[in-house]
Amino acid sequence: MIELKQIRKAFNQGRPNEYWALNGIDLTIEAQKVTAFRGPSGSGKTTLLTIVGCLARPTSGRVRLAEDEISGLPERFLTDIRRSTFGFVFQQFNLIKGLSALENVMLPAFPTGRPHRELRERSEALLDRLKLAHRREARVEWLSGGEQQRVAIARALVNDPKVLIADEPTANLDTTLSREFMGILEGLHAEGRTVILTSHDPLVVESAAVHRVVSMRDGQLTEG
Amino acid sequence: MIFQPAIIALLLASGIAVAMLAAAAPFALQVIRQWDIASGTERQLLLERRTYLFSTLAAFVMVVQLVALLLFVFNADRMAEMFVGAMCAVGTLNVNPFGFPALLAQMAVFFLAAAWLAVNHVDTRAPDYPLVRVKYALLLILLPALALAFVLQLKYFLGLRADVITSCCGSLFSGDAKGLAAEVAALKPLPAMTLFYVVLAVAAGLTFFHARTRRAGYAAAAASAAAFVATIVGVLSFVSLYLYEHPNHHCPFCILKPEYGHQGYWLYVPLFAATAAGLGTGALQPFRQVASLREIVPAVSARLADLAAFGYLLVALIATYFVLHSNLILIEH
Amino acid sequence: MNAWIEKQRHLIDFTLASLARRKAKNLGLLLVYALLVFVLASVALYTHALRQEAAQVLKQSPEIVLQRMVAGRHDLIPPGYLEKIGRIRGVQSIEGRLWGYYYDPVVKANYTFMAPAAEAVKPGTLVVGPAVARSRGLAPGNTISFRAYSGKLFSFTVVGVLPHASELVSADLVLMGEADFRAFFEYPAGQHTDIALSVANPLEVRTVAAKLASALPDSRPILREEVLRTYASVFDWREGIVLALLSAAIFAFAILAWEKASGLSAEEKREIGILKAIGWETGDVIKMKLWEGGLISLTAFLAGFVAAYLQVFRFGAPLFEPVLKGWAVLYPRFELVPAIDGLQVATLFFFTVFPYMAAVLVPIWRAAITDPDSAMRS
Ligand SMILES: Nc1ncnc2c1ncn2[C@@H]1O[C@H](COP(=O)(O)OP(=O)(O)O)[C@@H](O)[C@H]1O
Ligand SMILES: [Mg+2]
Repeated sequence: MIELKQIRKAFNQGRPNEYWALNGIDLTIEAQKVTAFRGPSGSGKTTLLTIVGCLARPTSGRVRLAEDEISGLPERFLTDIRRSTFGFVFQQFNLIKGLSALENVMLPAFPTGRPHRELRERSEALLDRLKLAHRREARVEWLSGGEQQRVAIARALVNDPKVLIADEPTANLDTTLSREFMGILEGLHAEGRTVILTSHDPLVVESAAVHRVVSMRDGQLTEG
Repeated sequence: MIFQPAIIALLLASGIAVAMLAAAAPFALQVIRQWDIASGTERQLLLERRTYLFSTLAAFVMVVQLVALLLFVFNADRMAEMFVGAMCAVGTLNVNPFGFPALLAQMAVFFLAAAWLAVNHVDTRAPDYPLVRVKYALLLILLPALALAFVLQLKYFLGLRADVITSCCGSLFSGDAKGLAAEVAALKPLPAMTLFYVVLAVAAGLTFFHARTRRAGYAAAAASAAAFVATIVGVLSFVSLYLYEHPNHHCPFCILKPEYGHQGYWLYVPLFAATAAGLGTGALQPFRQVASLREIVPAVSARLADLAAFGYLLVALIATYFVLHSNLILIEH
Repeated sequence: MNAWIEKQRHLIDFTLASLARRKAKNLGLLLVYALLVFVLASVALYTHALRQEAAQVLKQSPEIVLQRMVAGRHDLIPPGYLEKIGRIRGVQSIEGRLWGYYYDPVVKANYTFMAPAAEAVKPGTLVVGPAVARSRGLAPGNTISFRAYSGKLFSFTVVGVLPHASELVSADLVLMGEADFRAFFEYPAGQHTDIALSVANPLEVRTVAAKLASALPDSRPILREEVLRTYASVFDWREGIVLALLSAAIFAFAILAWEKASGLSAEEKREIGILKAIGWETGDVIKMKLWEGGLISLTAFLAGFVAAYLQVFRFGAPLFEPVLKGWAVLYPRFELVPAIDGLQVATLFFFTVFPYMAAVLVPIWRAAITDPDSAMRS
């Protein structure tokens, strides 16, 4: 489904502090499976996710998404793909403060111009499903960590993406909440979605819900 | 120079527009020289991001030019009371030889900016941005046009003197005057009407044809230009007469005056919109064979042509309404 | 098309929400913006109203006024001039006028004394303008005395006060009978101050003036349209000067707008990063920010304009009167008739909204190109 060939990514290219965060990654990520990246801090996991999720372009190498070459696309088109194909759950949840849970969930669909009613109904249904119906109108900064993460998941799903990307999803959660998250994750997999995540939490990488674990170090893969 | 708020506002707008584009010019050059869509470098990313700034700037300039065009005419009309012999904008514009060229330049800049935005629009829809270099070269051409419009305006306003005796629509468009405008105004109503309706019908027809079949794009654009001229001729030779209900008052500006209920705007706004769209169609035609634009250019061009067809139809209908609702009879039945 | 409209609606929704969330930051800018509009709009509305008043004055005056000149100075019209003019084609009426100035030492102001044609005011009575009535506390039925330049004291009964509507025209007017006028000023019998001619067709005014000039070479015809033109340019000029002085303020405001728009807080930067990461395009962010600028402009413009309107037409323009009026000292409660002019509103809009939008364009773009992957790193 997603194919990476010789992916390299440099930061501050051409400057004295030039740093190569990825150094030639070759990898195929299967559709409708849960794939986890594991590795020490600074090994390039997040950077790899940004490239897979069309948040950034590789400095060199190719990315293919379902047969389409997307690595050379300008940002405008990467955004289209990102919006329709990927949903993101960030480590810090990255909800927008001052807005209600519902408003946060609706945000990714704003540029699509979907009718307001339809969008609202879809968002409410997602919040319902994640057991947040009663917190709909609450401002996100009043929610607990677990609730915030579920709002973030609902937001990631509002455009009905095929792929869900989660960066260190359990880093800010206790064990109970982490288990709960893995439960949600299984549900998503059961719906036929592809899930890609990074983690060094054993609870995640050793879970039965994860089909494949890829290890990284210094911007390279260490084992398949 | 006559020191007047509207004049200062116009000069300010024009001056800032020139300054903005001039400041952007070096970056445009950089885009032309260094653009490489295949590259993943940070420099290329920066160039790509700059293109957003240029699109926004150009759209801004176009909107400002359109508003400035309206303000320019509106103000010229208002200032007529200051000049002996001036009754409307024509008299004011005639105070010195830069008046009409300034107006024409302003209109030209508006149409050029519209054409640029059409090209920009299709380019940003193709993933390989095939027209980037062409676009920025065109932007560099827009700059001198904008500067010329500014200079003409400046010369016109600096040369305004209240003691000048000017000639107004009455003499400029009268039968005994010489020059193109007078000859046009002297056209007999029947042939003028025929010309107006035939050309508008051809333009509406061709643009509609292009919108449906996606062929004859250049012809549609040429017809749009012709329709613009034909409408102005029509206004000069007969529409104005019906509006003023006066058999000798040929003036394309007085119809904008409050005495005549600002009715001219009903005619000019669709005319300018339709012409901008029609010319936009023409501006897209050279690129319809570019590989990544094969689908995009015809679709966008068809939509523009639809808009143009609708606009010309509206112009014809509004003109007909004016004629039918007038108490003046020029043609005996 | 529907999707486009829906999208703009969403963007506006978001903009409104984010403006509401950052009230403190936006309020300051909004206030300064509205203040600028207020000052400029006051100047514009005020001069326009004065211009209207002047036009009003002149509308009631005759098309041509003929003055006799002696040694380059305005002199009285001797008897027989009216007959000498005789009939000129296109002239509707000719009349000799009687008027003069009177300095009232009691209130230290100048009045215009006038004897209207056709004995409209009975001997021994006066009709006074509203300003005169106010400053001397007069009402119909009161008696008032004026000491003439000759030293003699004259007493009159006030029988009427002129209406308020055209105050600028009539404020300082005192109308009296012709006999009273001649006696008060010891005005020579048969002579007039000037001659007023009314001409129906505006196109004939110049021909009539030319004929007058050749029939009476010692006189000077003054055309109403000429006076109108002079007034118009004087007012435009004043307004222009004030605006030019204020252009420094506009410039400072543009810099402030630029600063405000560039100085994004870390919170705002983070938000834009998030929006981009979850699927907003650079262009979407630019559009959203342009909506923001547009909404701020519109609010400030409306607020400033309405405040200016109230200031000028309700409260008598206390702030600008001394600068702009430069009229006689007699108008303590001078109320302007509300008048709004489309061209002026358009010009004002251009003066304020255009510099603001031009100033925030680049900062908006800068904010919009935030890296979408920045949301992943925090
Ligand atoms: N924007 C950036 N500029 C410079 N260096 C960066 C940037 N983003 C990441 N890096 C560097 O790239 C390396 C990999 O980072 P990251 O992908 O976040 O690793 P991980 O997620 O595995 O901890 C780190 O050493 C980090 O310092
Ligand atoms: Mg990380």
